Amino acid sequence: MTIWSAQSEQGDALTIKVQGRFDFSAHQEFRDAYEQSQEPAQQYIVDLKDTTYLDSSALGMLLLLRDHAGGDTANIDIVNCNSDVKKILTISNFEQLFAIK
Amino acid sequence: MGDLEKTPDALTILIADDNPTDRMILARIVQSQGHHVLIVENGLEAVDAFDKHHPDLVLLDALMPEMDGFEAATRIKKLSADDLVPIIFLTSLTDADSLAKCLDAGGDDFLTKPYNRIVLKAKISAMTRLRNLNRTVLAQRDRISTYNQHLIREQEVAKNIFDNIAHPGCVDASNIKYILSPMAVFNGDLLLAAGSPSGNLLVFLGDFTGHGLPAAIGAMPVAEIFYGMTLKGFAMSEILKEINKKLVQILPSGVFCCGCMAHLDFRKNVISVWNGGLPDAVLYRSNDKQVERLPSFNLPLGILKPEKFEVSPKEFNCHSGDRFFMCSDGILEEQNFEGEMYGEQRFFDVFKNSTDPSSIFCDHKRALDAFRVSKDQGDDHSLVEIIFRQEDIDESAEKISASVVESKARDWRLDYELRSDTLRSFNPLPLLTHILREEPGLSLRSGELYTILAELYYNALDHGVLGLDSRMKACSDGFAEYYKLKEERFLSLSGASIKISLEHRPEPGGGVLSIRVEDSGKGFDYQSLDTGLESNAGYSGRGIPLLHKLCKSLEYQGEGNVVAAEYIWLEKRPA
Repeated sequence: MTIWSAQSEQGDALTIKVQGRFDFSAHQEFRDAYEQSQEPAQQYIVDLKDTTYLDSSALGMLLLLRDHAGGDTANIDIVNCNSDVKKILTISNFEQLFAIK
Repeated sequence: MGDLEKTPDALTILIADDNPTDRMILARIVQSQGHHVLIVENGLEAVDAFDKHHPDLVLLDALMPEMDGFEAATRIKKLSADDLVPIIFLTSLTDADSLAKCLDAGGDDFLTKPYNRIVLKAKISAMTRLRNLNRTVLAQRDRISTYNQHLIREQEVAKNIFDNIAHPGCVDASNIKYILSPMAVFNGDLLLAAGSPSGNLLVFLGDFTGHGLPAAIGAMPVAEIFYGMTLKGFAMSEILKEINKKLVQILPSGVFCCGCMAHLDFRKNVISVWNGGLPDAVLYRSNDKQVERLPSFNLPLGILKPEKFEVSPKEFNCHSGDRFFMCSDGILEEQNFEGEMYGEQRFFDVFKNSTDPSSIFCDHKRALDAFRVSKDQGDDHSLVEIIFRQEDIDESAEKISASVVESKARDWRLDYELRSDTLRSFNPLPLLTHILREEPGLSLRSGELYTILAELYYNALDHGVLGLDSRMKACSDGFAEYYKLKEERFLSLSGASIKISLEHRPEPGGGVLSIRVEDSGKGFDYQSLDTGLESNAGYSGRGIPLLHKLCKSLEYQGEGNVVAAEYIWLEKRPA
């Protein structure tokens, strides 16, 4: 499991990529990825293209990111989900909280 | 024993060599470095000496009579078990194969002749470092093991407390079957079931995120709220809102509870289901053996703030014998030897392949057992089946209310008026039921009373104030339409009211409760209808036959917007 993050050129969007299994072991690194910068970014993009597996602790981590990004005013896109990952997000109705693309 | 004082770093070193000269040379070198020596001539004596004296290090000649170094090394290693006692082979051979053989036989190092005292000293030092490292690791392992045992014992106690609070309620009723493995419970699976005062059944299957104690702890307040509110007659949506509110309050961000709650209304033959984050619930129709899938359309509990948390359950008409199933995702994630997951397809295939509805639950169990690897301890899944069939749940409700402290509110009257804004969002029934139960005689009959009050109140609200006709609910789309219309009418409501009057008077041997409900609606033409009608037609679902059955008298007055009922109770004679 590897976490990779990068800020956009203008510096207003932060992309976080999760490669491998997105489970409890990713907790610290995922958090570090968005807590690093001084201020919260305007927009977050969580790229799950190489994510093979997602469990409830990953859902919890996404909720923590949402809190950090402003809660109800957060702007977070979850992109490139494969069908398994999408299914898990759908069962939990996370599209009510995140833009899932 | 030498007469050299042992210094703190002095070791006891066992020297085994069949050549007397070599023995003497080595002994001298080792002693001059401050160590204590034990000297033997062959492998047999070496093992014996090791067993008796437990030296810190062994210098072992490879070739000896009686028992060679290789055999001795093997035995010594066995004797020392976890404790690493370094063995340094002594050999005159220098070829790679022979040296490798020494190490393969259990030696940790080798020393070639002629013996170099500087090299020997360095090797002893290195071996000692290794030995100390091993001892540190063993000590840590033992500490961790003890600590782990403490934790396990603590968790057992906690689980005991947990079981008493999150008790399964009426989950052992004959129309409920379930699998709830201990592992699942400890990982936050929760199964709750209780009868409402009106004889209906409310069931909840929950699955907290995380594992172990943190997951299980969140379940306790949920159980308290569920049982407390169901007993008092609160509606499913109110209970869900309260549970969500509590969980948002107490759970840290990122922790939540997936769950599915179902309300089985045996009088109206309706099942209402709310699924937030669990796999599809299933409604199995007994008449055509078709399954209806109820997917999760809501966020799990504990995520949305109370202001944003809305409950819109899905409702379905039911017949006696229909079966309702809920499961946690542990079922779908069970794995077989190849690491494949059980999955949705297999789960739904059980329904498809089943020939006898009453065996479906066992079929599920069998299919699951045949598929998965771990049995018993590793089980981390839950499955519930509820048959739509009213069981004697009223008894348990009565038992609980009988334990209420006896108070003597015997002769009283209450007038309560609810107006437009309140009608929209407030359910007065639990409060009114609570007041009634202050009279011990009524307390024992709270089931029937709740039913009567609920029927009269909702008639006044739905048919009286809002002007709805419950015949709409008879068809499958009707429910959605009905509630949409209800919502619309609520929004445009103004100047409306429902007046409820309750009066209780004691009578010899019991008492009389008079209920009067007046709504601000248009009423209906009650005079031209036959009160003996079996069906609800013409009364647009006012439940008249039932009310006649439970009440001593029932009378419509005014424009049909006033109803007066009398309920008489008598002391039960001891048998």
